[in-house]
Amino acid sequence: MAKITLSNLAHSYFPKPTSEEDWALKEMNHVWNDGEAYALLGASGCGKSTLLNIISGLLEPSEGQILFGDTDVTHMTTTERNIAQVFQFPVVYDTMTVRENLAFPLKNRGAPADYIRQRVQTIGQMIGMEVELDHRARGLTADAKQKISLGRGMVREDVNAILFDEPLTVIDPHMKWALRTQLKELHQQFGHTMIYVTHDQTEALTFADKVVVMYDGRVVQMGTPEELFETPEHTFVGYFIGSPGMNVLRARVEGRRAALDNGEIGLAGAYPALDGKVEIGVRPEFVRLTDAPDGLPVNVRRVEDVGRHKIVRADYFGSPINVIVPEGHEIGADMTRVLFDPAHVNVYQNDWRVAPTGQEAA
Amino acid sequence: MEKTVNQKAWFLVLPVLVLVAFSAVIPLMTVVNYSVQDSFGNNQFFWAGLTWFEELLEDDRMWGALQRQLIFSGIILAIEIPLGILVALSMPKKGVWVSVCLVLMALPLLIPWNVVGTIWQVFGRVDIGLLGGTLAALGIDYNYTQDPFDAWITVIVMDVWHWTSLVALLAYAGLQSIPQAYYQAAKIDQASRWAVFRYIELPKMAGVLLIAVLLRFMDSFMIYTEPFVVTGGGPGSSTTFLSIDLVKMALGQFDLGPAAAFSIMYFLVILLISWVFYTVMTNLDKREGR
Repeated sequence: MAKITLSNLAHSYFPKPTSEEDWALKEMNHVWNDGEAYALLGASGCGKSTLLNIISGLLEPSEGQILFGDTDVTHMTTTERNIAQVFQFPVVYDTMTVRENLAFPLKNRGAPADYIRQRVQTIGQMIGMEVELDHRARGLTADAKQKISLGRGMVREDVNAILFDEPLTVIDPHMKWALRTQLKELHQQFGHTMIYVTHDQTEALTFADKVVVMYDGRVVQMGTPEELFETPEHTFVGYFIGSPGMNVLRARVEGRRAALDNGEIGLAGAYPALDGKVEIGVRPEFVRLTDAPDGLPVNVRRVEDVGRHKIVRADYFGSPINVIVPEGHEIGADMTRVLFDPAHVNVYQNDWRVAPTGQEAA
Repeated sequence: MEKTVNQKAWFLVLPVLVLVAFSAVIPLMTVVNYSVQDSFGNNQFFWAGLTWFEELLEDDRMWGALQRQLIFSGIILAIEIPLGILVALSMPKKGVWVSVCLVLMALPLLIPWNVVGTIWQVFGRVDIGLLGGTLAALGIDYNYTQDPFDAWITVIVMDVWHWTSLVALLAYAGLQSIPQAYYQAAKIDQASRWAVFRYIELPKMAGVLLIAVLLRFMDSFMIYTEPFVVTGGGPGSSTTFLSIDLVKMALGQFDLGPAAAFSIMYFLVILLISWVFYTVMTNLDKREGR
């Protein structure tokens, strides 16, 4: 097990990348702590799998280095890196039994037979396939096959990290939840570094200690679920995490005030004069629907009752604003204004968050 | 729900029945008809019953040809299937060389059979052939017109040259259909090259290999043109395979009855062996699939 360091890492699938778009991964510097569970979250095609394959050694980066602990492993093979990886679609050895499949990585590394037998039994139990251990893998259903793939990924105890590339795509929802819980338990039990690629935020937030959000070949934020929720570093994080995502409005920011198209709001901190594309972002959880005259006037379009709370879809001079109204709060017909909680309003310049210069009370 | 009974629907099957009748059933029945009759020409036929079949079963010439044919097909399969797989494995998976390889591989398949025979006939000649001449210059005693062993070698090498591409192309198609993730997973699992072949490539190629085995068996079992052009079935009858013998009988000696009986036997043997191959290989598949 080891800390994973990405140093000036970049990758392009073109031999001679010329423009910015040619890079599947833009230059990045990150440290992944030993023994933590990471979720790599992002939309399809943002470079998640590329990054994963670079870490596992299936792909060699065009530029930069990757270190396990203090060892430079950039040019090392997967075998030398001692990594386990589970792929999006089930990969099983059809002609082998489930048992042989699970034992395969251990056998290839010359583990003693006794150990293999006992370890395969444990893993078989963990993935809930102990009765099927002597079945051929070929005839099994897709999710059974994927469980075998997961099992093969977890069977080695001494790996540096276990990487999962959207492993639960083919598994049915009920089993998904159970397997995710098991992975989480496994992580707590053995403390492997785990990296879990997904585009499903629930999956990411429930699985990981730290969530790494990728957008357009960049890691835009690496943080705990709380950090991603409270202070999204990039508007994409705001949109992508949370349901519904963060409200983003064009604004002119000066000092402690943000001027919107037709109104003004207060900010918790002071900001320098910003140029470029300036926006404020506030999560629907921190927007309050009100009839107070100091709120921003909105046009309420519809109210969705999703059980635990209501989502109000409103419109502020053409820009959509979503408001989450907690259960038990009445929505009156005259509530046509919204108030933002200043402590939870973030300011963005060209999509990146700007930290306030001073936090003194207003 | 009440089903409407309309027997007129059978008429829709009629075109197929007519086609199959003209392409297969009627010609086959003609052969059956010949096989139970004797003729001395002049379109006069006499009932012969099963005489020709009885004679055929006691005919050493036929048994000899059948034996040679089985040995030939056995050797061809034993060489072309592994060699074809090996070639397919060493072909590039992507890049500009893929098309170059594919075209080169397909070339022998595009040459008419009698031309293939002629090429090798000339190629192997000791006096003017590149192969025969070179071997003679090296002091190797090679002469396919006089030495049965040399004749066999020539015919087998020719067939391997002509048809291994087919196996290679089929196997290549099978290999190309294996998702990249399998190879990646094998790397992660630290599988050896042999394990990758044994547990990933071979099982995934099983389907196309069955087709390759069947095609190569049937074609090699029916081989006529190339050995006929190269050796004419000789020296002696050492390379006289079933079809060469059959043509001699039917067209050379004009023994229509015995030749028809021979044809039916020939057809049944091919059918039988193909069925055995098919059953054995699909069962292997099923047994592993349990």
